[in-house]
This record gives sequence, C-alpha cells and structure tokens, in this order.
Amino acid sequence: MAAVHGDVHGHEHDEHHPSGMMRWITTTNHKDIGSMYLWFSFAMFMVGGTLAMGIRAELFQPGIQILEPELFNQFTTLHGLIMVFGAIMPAFVGFANWQVPMMIGAPDMAFARMNNWSFWLLPVAATLLISSFFVPGGAAAGGWTFYPPLSTQGGLGVDLMIFSVHILGASSIMGSINIITTILNMRAPGMTLMKMPMFVWTWLITAYLLVLVMPVLAGVVTMLLTDRHFGTSFFNAAGGGDPVMFQHIFWFFGHPEVYIMILPAFGIVSEIIPTFSRKPLFGYSSMVYATASIAILSCVVWAHHMFTAGMPTVGQLFFMYATMLIAVPTGVKVFNWTATMWRGSMTFETPMLFAIGFIFLFVVGGFSGVICAIVPIDIQVQDTYYVIAHFHYVLVSGALFALFAGVYYWLPKWTGRMYNETLGKAHFWLSMIFFNVTFFVQHFLGLAGMPRRIPDYNIQFADFNMVSSIGAFGFGLTQLLFFYIVINCIRSGEKASQKQWDGATTLEWTHLPTPAPYHSFEKPPIIK
Amino acid sequence: MRSKSVVTLAGVSALALYSSMAIGSKYNLPEPQSIIAKDIYDQHMMLLWICLVIFIGVFGVMFYSLLKHRKSLGYKAANFHHSTTVEIIWTVIPCIILLLMAWPATKTIIAMKDTSSPDMTIKATGYQWMWGYDYLQGEGEGISFFSKLSTPRAQIDGKEPRGENYLLEVDNHVVVPVGKKVRIIITANDVIHAWWVPALGVKQDAIPGFIRDSWFTADKPGIYRGQCAELCGKDHGYMPIVVEVMEADEYSKWAEARKASAVKTSMHIEKQ
Repeated sequence: MAAVHGDVHGHEHDEHHPSGMMRWITTTNHKDIGSMYLWFSFAMFMVGGTLAMGIRAELFQPGIQILEPELFNQFTTLHGLIMVFGAIMPAFVGFANWQVPMMIGAPDMAFARMNNWSFWLLPVAATLLISSFFVPGGAAAGGWTFYPPLSTQGGLGVDLMIFSVHILGASSIMGSINIITTILNMRAPGMTLMKMPMFVWTWLITAYLLVLVMPVLAGVVTMLLTDRHFGTSFFNAAGGGDPVMFQHIFWFFGHPEVYIMILPAFGIVSEIIPTFSRKPLFGYSSMVYATASIAILSCVVWAHHMFTAGMPTVGQLFFMYATMLIAVPTGVKVFNWTATMWRGSMTFETPMLFAIGFIFLFVVGGFSGVICAIVPIDIQVQDTYYVIAHFHYVLVSGALFALFAGVYYWLPKWTGRMYNETLGKAHFWLSMIFFNVTFFVQHFLGLAGMPRRIPDYNIQFADFNMVSSIGAFGFGLTQLLFFYIVINCIRSGEKASQKQWDGATTLEWTHLPTPAPYHSFEKPPIIK
Repeated sequence: MRSKSVVTLAGVSALALYSSMAIGSKYNLPEPQSIIAKDIYDQHMMLLWICLVIFIGVFGVMFYSLLKHRKSLGYKAANFHHSTTVEIIWTVIPCIILLLMAWPATKTIIAMKDTSSPDMTIKATGYQWMWGYDYLQGEGEGISFFSKLSTPRAQIDGKEPRGENYLLEVDNHVVVPVGKKVRIIITANDVIHAWWVPALGVKQDAIPGFIRDSWFTADKPGIYRGQCAELCGKDHGYMPIVVEVMEADEYSKWAEARKASAVKTSMHIEKQ
C-alpha cells in the first residue's frame, strides 16, 4: 500500500473550526459527531442503568418496598426504551461515525451537515422521553413494546414517548442514509466491497435494515397516536381494528431491530479477534454472506415474539423453522471466530478479553434463543424471566460487551493515549462476573414460572431474585470504573503509538497517525 | 459392540437420573401434569443436552486454543484464512441438528392446536385485574364466577408473614375433572392478558374483542397455579390463575353445589 502522510494534511485544517460550545453545536466533523454520539449514549446508559437499579432494588425481596406497581411499570418501560434507542443504537452510530471514514480511506462522512442534524435530534428525543416521568400520569408504563390497548389507556407520557420515538427514528434514518452513501461512494481507490473491513460490512447491512424498518416503527406509533386522539380504530376491536395487528407491525420493526443492535457488534469483534490473534479473519467471505443471511432472515421471523398471541398452526411452524434457521449463519460466525483464534499467536489485552467474553456469553444467549424458538417450549417461557435472561445475554454481554471491546480497541487511536490496562482488565472481569450473577439465575426464575414485568412475586422466587439484584448492583457500580478509565485515559494516559496493536491491519492503524487527525484522509490511500 | 451398548446404557441412565432430579426442583420447569406439558418438558431437556454437547465442543476447541496458542508461549501464528470444506461441514451439521429439534416440536404444535371434540368448554375472560370464568359446555354448564387474588394486603405490605401461596391464591378456583379434555376459550374485556398454567402447559393471550382457544387434560387431581403473563397495567402481578383438578364424582358434587347456590342467589335477588 502506498504511504500517505495523513498527519501533514490533517493538522493544517485544525484551526478552521470554532472553539468552545459552538464547536460541538455546529460541527460537521465525523470525529466530533462520533464522540458526541458516544458520550450521549454513555449518559443514556447511566440513566437506563439507574432505572435498572430501581427495578432490581424493588425486586430485591418480595412485597412492595420502593416502587409502587405503576411506577415500577414506568421504570421497566423507560429502562427498555432508553437502553435500546438511547444507549445501544447511538453508541454503534458513534462507532460508525468515527471508524467508517477512517477504515475506508475517506476524509469524512458523505453528508456532513445531516450528520450534525441527526445527532442533535437525539438530545431532544431523550429530553422528551425522560421528562415524561414528570408529567401528570407519569411516563409510559406499557412496556417498551407498548402494546395497545394498554398503551391507549396511558396518559400524556405515552404521547411524549410516541414523539420521542418519531424523532429517534428520523435520526436513525438520516444516520443510516449517511452511512450507506459514505460506504458506497467514498471508499479509497482499490477498496472493492469484498476488501472492506468486516466492521464496515456489518454497518452497511445494518444501515439497510434501519432504512427498511424505522419507517415501519414510525408508522405504527403514528397509528397508535391517531387511535389515542383522532378517533381511529386501528387497534381497537370495538371499531373494527385488531390489537394483534399492532404486534405484527411492531415486531416487523422489532426483530430486525435486534439484529441492528448485534450486527455492528459482530463487526467490532471481527476486527478485534484477528488483531490479537495476529492472524487474518477466517472465512471473510462466508462472514459477509452470513451477515447478509442473518439480515434477510431477520425480516421473516417477527411473529416468533407472538407465539402465545394465537396464530394458525402453519404460521407457528413457519416462524419456528425460519427462526431456527438463523442459528446456522450465526453458528458460522462463531466457528469462524474460533478458527481465527486457532493457531494464532494470541495476547489478551482488554479489547480481546471483552471480545472473547462476547463470544462466550453471546453463544449462551444464542442457545437460549434456539430454545425460545421451539414453539412448545416458548409457550412456557414467553413473557417470563427466561426471556429477560435470554435477551440480556445477547444485548448486554452481546452488544454492550462488543461496545466496550471497541472502545478499548480504538481509544488509543481516538485520544492518542493508552488506557490503564490493569484497570481495563479489572473492568472486564468484574463485568463478566456480575453480569452472570445477575442474569444466569433469571433462567431458573423463568423456568420455575416467574412472569416478567411484575413488581412483586411468590416467595419461591425470593432467593434467586436477591442474587440477581446483588449482581445487578455490582454490575452497575463496575460501569463507573469504565467511566473513570476513559476519563483517566483522555487526561493522563501514556502516549499511544501509531500502530498501538501490532496485529492491526486496517487503514486507521496502518495509514493514520495517532491521535487520528481532524480530517482523516484528504488524499485517499491506494489499496492494492 | 458390547462395550458400546454398556456406554449407551450408562449414558441413557445418567440422562434419566439427571432429568428426574430436575423434576420438581426450582431450577427447571414445574413437574408436568398433562401430556402437552410432559412433551414440552422432555423437549426442553433434550435441547439442553444438545446445547451442552455443542457448548463443550465449541468451547473445548476455543479454550484449548486460548491456552496453547499464546504469544507468551512463543507460539507463531499460522496464516490460513479459509477452507471451503470445513465451512460446508459446519453449515450442514447445524442444519441436521436443527431438523432433529424441529421434528418433535412440530408434532407437539399440531397436538397443541387440536382443540376439537372437548369433554367440556370453559370461557376465561381477563379483566383489569381478575379473571372471569363461564362454563359453556359439558358437565357444570352454566356455572359462572369471578376469580380474584385472595392474598391479604397486609402480606404485600409486609405487615403479616407471607404464606406459601403468596400472590398465587384466589377466592374461586377454576375446578375441572381429571382426565377430561378441557377446552379453554380465552378473551379479555379491556386490555391484553394471558392465561397461563405452567404445570398444564397452557399459555394463551387473552385479546379484547377476539377469541382464542387452547386445551388441556389434567393427569391427576391437585391444585395448579399460574399467573397472568402479559403486562396489563398496574396490578398485572396480582391476577393469578388457580386450577383445581378433582376426581369425576367430586367434580359432579362441586358442580351441583355451585349450580344450587347460583340458583339460590338469583332467587334471592328476584325476591328483593
């Protein structure tokens, strides 16, 4: 590859942007916007985490101690909405903003001003969502899936939630159009699609999924809004509508959404495993095909969330088979990662630890996923703590662990400084232990018959709930350590080198100095 | 050949032992009390074993690699990056495993869906926050009552010690005879609820304005408890379901008494 003197080109433009608050409000720079996305999602992670602590405190023992049932339902609802739309999704967009231009050899994102707009919509949406706690009637309390007619009953909080979801959806659509355009048009000469890093591939596919399903979500919340205020009866049987139709439309968005939150995580892990194994990714093209198959399959499995809603036998069979089929490409990915590690020359820095933790626990979540796909078993575990355990295994130890892995991996490139490796490892091990203490026991609770979204429970569930709550408090506190590690790295970390990880092969490590210059590649590198 | 069958026998008996240990424990599904619940229980156990074998296989390889292929041990990285044969093998094998899982599940689904020719039919209606029951057909036809949580408020507030059936007890049990096919017609009055009794293997959402159905045949007399399984508002956690299964003659007596008291009540109302 031809060498590019990115630093010379980059630094001369640094002075062109305003400083102070205006820098962040008016910025069109992909790195500034990426940072804002990441900090925003961390703030939301803290808010959603605080709600989770409230939930676990109430469930610490039987009886009602802290949260009255109505407030408890508001906590569970907003915990879900904030974590999905406020924490996990924006964090991945933050990664895309930072990494996609650097990894494909572009100077910035394709639509720089739209990029700014799509970020600044987020604080507005988050304010609407969080302020709904303080309006008469409180926040939405119908679960993050807000099924009508229950959500039709709610107060002003539900309307605020609907507007918030609209704005978040608009932001996501803009973000994904930007990512698609950047990836398809701004790759360095010679970087064909099949030479793109896996992270870029997974985001390209994710962005298409977002563009496909976010309008569906916007549609369904609009229908809910008109049902609530303008006399329509989309979801009201008395007016000729059908509450189950809401579930079909919602989950047509909701299931691809699950993969929107996990595909970029696959991408991050697929960058980290080869770097620290010092060996190329095994089965690159099968990885790409597996990602695409998962995305396509994810659009035809939505009704597996609704096996107890009642549907014809043929419907249940179809959605069961389609859902089980997803295990095949997902399995291919896990086998490929294992084969990448096989006969590598591995070291275990924090990003690698989180990536291995990701694979290990994601597979556990995958197993419980296959078990949930089997209709007869799902009849027992649907809407119980088993399902809670299942999706936290794929979203916390899946998506979140991959995000941590990615932060530790790219932090040296972003800040020019190294994080504290000892503290990073402590963060990993504490997260790993407390995560399992929190969520593994929830499998047992669900099997034994504890429904989800209840503030109080029979005494037979008491001991596992206490264990789970203790784990949750530990997990919550551990994340403050993460905050400290990042701040400490930015302020006083040791200087990082251009290629901090000797096994790294992507452009940001091979062609750009550390820290990465304000404008990544003014002249594109030539990829042979 | 002989040693192979001994190993198989040992494996099967170990499996049976562990499976039976799990029954009734708090680590697993409740002890099944109907044919469908039994099927579900067995399939769940089968899947756990399959998952365990795959888990050991995959992570056995990964952890061997993690231990041996380290830079700190001076291990030099190989440079292979694909193998079509291997990739085809690990695509095909999971497909076969999935087929093995899907086959029994398909049979159970078809059985679960067969609500035809029941011995009796009961309608369950979800309300915020209690259940209503109407015996529509079969012995006890015409019986109708509500079923509400009977746990005293003081227990919820922690002013009294909590009983064994805390939050799982109601004023009026749904009573059914043993060994009879009971079809449950499920609907709701306000929002979506779900009628769920784990031991009988029945969970069905109750959808306002629509009717869904399910069925069970209880294997033996007893009291089986469940809860509403779809978030239905503030007191979602306080609308349990209690099914009491009786011998046929006891059930007949219960139905007679219920009907007599229903007649008395209505006469009493007419007199007033």
